[in-house]
Amino acid sequence: MDLEDTKAEAEYRAKVRAFLDAHAEKRVRGAAPAPSRGIDAEALTRAKAWQAKKAEAGFAGIRWPEEWGGQGGGPIEEVIYTQEEAKYTVPRGVFEIGLGMCLPTMIAYATKEQLERYTGPALRGEEVWCQLFSEPASGSDLAGLRTRAVRDGDEWVINGQKIWTSGAHLSDYGILLTRTDPTVPKHKGLTMFFIDMHAPGVEVRPIHQMSGASHFNEVFFTDLRVPDAHRLGAVGDGWRVALTTLMNERLAVGDEPRPDVEDLIAFLEEFEIDGVPAIRTPVVRDRLADIYARSAGVKSARFRAITALSRGETPGPEASIGRLVNAMKQQEIARLALELMGAGGMVSDPETALRAGSFQQSLLAAPGQRIAGGTSEILRNIIAERVLGLPGDPRVDKDVPFQDIGRGRS
Amino acid sequence: MNLEFSAESLEIRDQGRRFLAGQTCLPKVRAALDGGGIDNAALWQGIVAQGWTGAAIPEEYGGHGIGYEALCVIAEELGRSLAPVPFASTAFLAAEALMLAGSEEQKEAWLPKLASGEATGTFALSEGPGAIAPGAVKARFADGRLSGTKWPVPDGDTADIAIVAARDADGRIVQVLVDLGAEGVTRGTLDTLDPSRPQARLDFDGAPAQVLQSNEDPWETVLSLLDRAAILTAFEEVGGAQACLDMATAYAKERMAFGRPIGSNQAIKHKLADVFVALELARSNAYMGALGLTSGERDLTLAAATARVSSIQAFTLAASENIQTHGGIGFTWEADPQLYYRRAGALALTNGTLGFWKDRLVTALERRDAA
Repeated sequence: MDLEDTKAEAEYRAKVRAFLDAHAEKRVRGAAPAPSRGIDAEALTRAKAWQAKKAEAGFAGIRWPEEWGGQGGGPIEEVIYTQEEAKYTVPRGVFEIGLGMCLPTMIAYATKEQLERYTGPALRGEEVWCQLFSEPASGSDLAGLRTRAVRDGDEWVINGQKIWTSGAHLSDYGILLTRTDPTVPKHKGLTMFFIDMHAPGVEVRPIHQMSGASHFNEVFFTDLRVPDAHRLGAVGDGWRVALTTLMNERLAVGDEPRPDVEDLIAFLEEFEIDGVPAIRTPVVRDRLADIYARSAGVKSARFRAITALSRGETPGPEASIGRLVNAMKQQEIARLALELMGAGGMVSDPETALRAGSFQQSLLAAPGQRIAGGTSEILRNIIAERVLGLPGDPRVDKDVPFQDIGRGRS
Repeated sequence: MNLEFSAESLEIRDQGRRFLAGQTCLPKVRAALDGGGIDNAALWQGIVAQGWTGAAIPEEYGGHGIGYEALCVIAEELGRSLAPVPFASTAFLAAEALMLAGSEEQKEAWLPKLASGEATGTFALSEGPGAIAPGAVKARFADGRLSGTKWPVPDGDTADIAIVAARDADGRIVQVLVDLGAEGVTRGTLDTLDPSRPQARLDFDGAPAQVLQSNEDPWETVLSLLDRAAILTAFEEVGGAQACLDMATAYAKERMAFGRPIGSNQAIKHKLADVFVALELARSNAYMGALGLTSGERDLTLAAATARVSSIQAFTLAASENIQTHGGIGFTWEADPQLYYRRAGALALTNGTLGFWKDRLVTALERRDAA
C-alpha cells in the first residue's frame, strides 16, 4: 500500500502543477472562500478565459477522444487534474455540466458533422451547454416528464417547461429530454434533442434560491422548432440516452463545498471561548472528531476508487458514498462554527462577520446539496437496490401508458 | 495510488474466510453464552496452523514476518466470524507491547512462543470502571514485584503472560511483564456482555515482574500500543459490521410483509443504505490505518483514531439495525443478531472507547497543525 503516483501519473501531475502554478493562485487554508452568489457577466468572462487557457494547455476534455479535440486520457488523468485544480482558486461552475455530461452524450449520439461544429467551441469555452432534464412534476421521477415534442415534417415542435437547469441563463446550447409518445409506459415514450438556447420559443427565467444565489433556472418552450437532425438517438430511446448523460455525472461531480473540514479546524484553533481556543473544549472536540472521521472516510474511499482506476478497473460501490456524506456534513460544519459565535453568528454581512460570512452563506446553501443532482433519498435507494440488491420500490405506474398515470401537485 | 491490499494479503483473507466458515464459530459463541465454556482448542490449532499467530512477528523471533497487511485482513475475518479465540489479546496487544518496548531477552523468551501459539498473552490496563488515563493506573511495582488489581483483562483467564501498566516506587508509569502462572497471581473470571471473549480479574500480590524498557515516556508507549491495536481492532469491527449488514440484507430480501419483501420498503432500504455508508467510511479509514502500519510510520495516532472512531460507529450501528431489521425474532435469545450486538457492545469498550478516540483524534490534529 502507498499513496504514491505511478511514474506516468507523477509526470502528468507535474505537468498539471506547472500549468496551474503559472496561471492560477494557490488556495489558502482557512481563508474565507469567495461567496457564491451566482455568476455575473464578469465572472462568465473570467470563466471563459480560464477554460480557453486550459484548452490551449491540453487540460480540457481530458477523457474525450482526440478526434474531437480531447486528450484521449483515462479517468485517472482527469482525477489528477481535478485534485490539483482543487488546491487553486480558479473559476468553476460554468463548464462542468457541458463538458462532463452534455458533450459526452453528443459524442455518443451526434453526427460527425455536428461534432465538428460543436466540440471545439465547447472545449475552448466559447460556447456554454446545459442539461434540460428536470421538470416541475418530475424531479426524482425523471421519466415522468411532460415536455411534449410533436413531429411536423422534418421538424419537431416543442412545448413545456424545465426547471432546476443549472447555468441555462449562461448557455448557448442544451440537451433536452422530451416526451414524444404519451400512449406508452413512461420510460418508453421519451426522445432526446439538442437545442439552440437563443432560438425563438426558448425563455429562461433565473430562480432565486433561498441562499440568495441564482445558479438554476426555469426554462419555458413555446412552439420551439427543432430539426429532426438535432435528435440524439432513436425516437422513443431517450431514456437510454439520458442514462449515458447521467452515468457521466458520477465522475463530473465531486467538489467538496467550502468551508470544508480544514477550514473548520483552522477556525476552531483560532477562535477562543473565554480565552481558550475552541478546539480545546470537550463538546467541540466531540463534534469535530465526528465530522473529521467522515471527511477522512470520504477522502480515503476516493483513494480506493482511484486505486481501481489507476489499475484500469471499475471502482467499487464505495465511490457512491461521497455525495451522501458530504451533503449532511456541510450543514454540520456551518452549524458548529456558527454556534460558537453565539448570537453574533447570525450576522452574515461579509464586512462584519467572521471569515467574511462564509459559514453563514454555507448554512443557507447547504440544503441544496441534499437535493441537487439526486436527493439523498434517491441516493439511498440507489445504494440499497444496486449495491445491496434489495428489491425495487413497488411502482404503481409501471407498464401503464404515461397518459393514464395519476397526477398530483407539481 | 495504491490503497488496496496486495494480492497475497487478499489471498490470505479469502483463505481465512473459508477456513473460519468451516469452523462453526457461531455455535461456539452461543455455547459460551449458554454458560458452556469455550471449546476452541481445535479452532486455535487451526489458526496457528494458518500461521496467523506469527504473521506480524519477525522471523528472528520465530514469527513468519508476513507483516501487518496480513494481520489486518485476519482481524477482519475474525471479526466477521466472531471466532471465540484469544487472538486479539495475544497478537494485537501482548506481542505488539513486547515488540514496542521489550528487551532482547524478553522478546527472545516470549515472542517465539506467542508466534507458535504455544503461549498466549494479554495487556492489563484497566482497574475497574473509568477512562484510560495515567491517573487511573494504581497498581504498584517495586523491587521486581507487582501488587494491585486489574479488571477487566481480555482473556486474562487463560493468558500465559501479561504486560501490565503500573507505577514504580517514584510514582512513574512503567510497563511490566508478568508470568501469570507465577506465585502471587490470582485470576477470577467475570460475567460480561460478550462471554465469547472472556475478561478476567487479576489480583497481584507481590507477583514477580520485569520492567519493559522504553526509550520514550512509558505512558506514551502505552498510547502507541493502543494506536496500533486500534487499527487492528478497527478491522475486526469492520468485519463484524459487514457480517451484520449481510445478515440484515439477506433477511430483508426474504421476509415478507404486506405481500412483499420488507426490503422493498424505503424505511428498511434507507436504514441499510446508512449502514452501508457507515461501513464504507469505516473500511476506508481502516485502510489508511493499514497503510500507516505497513509503511512503518512512527506516528499513527491520527490514522488510528480516525479508523477507530468510524469503526466503533459502524459496528454499533450495524449490530443495532440488524436486530431492528429482524424485528421481534431478532430480539430472541435463539437468534444470531444478539451475538453480534454483544460483540459490538464489548468491542466498543475495548482498547479505548468512542470518547477516548474522538479526543485522541483531535489531539492528533492539534499536534499536526502545531508542527
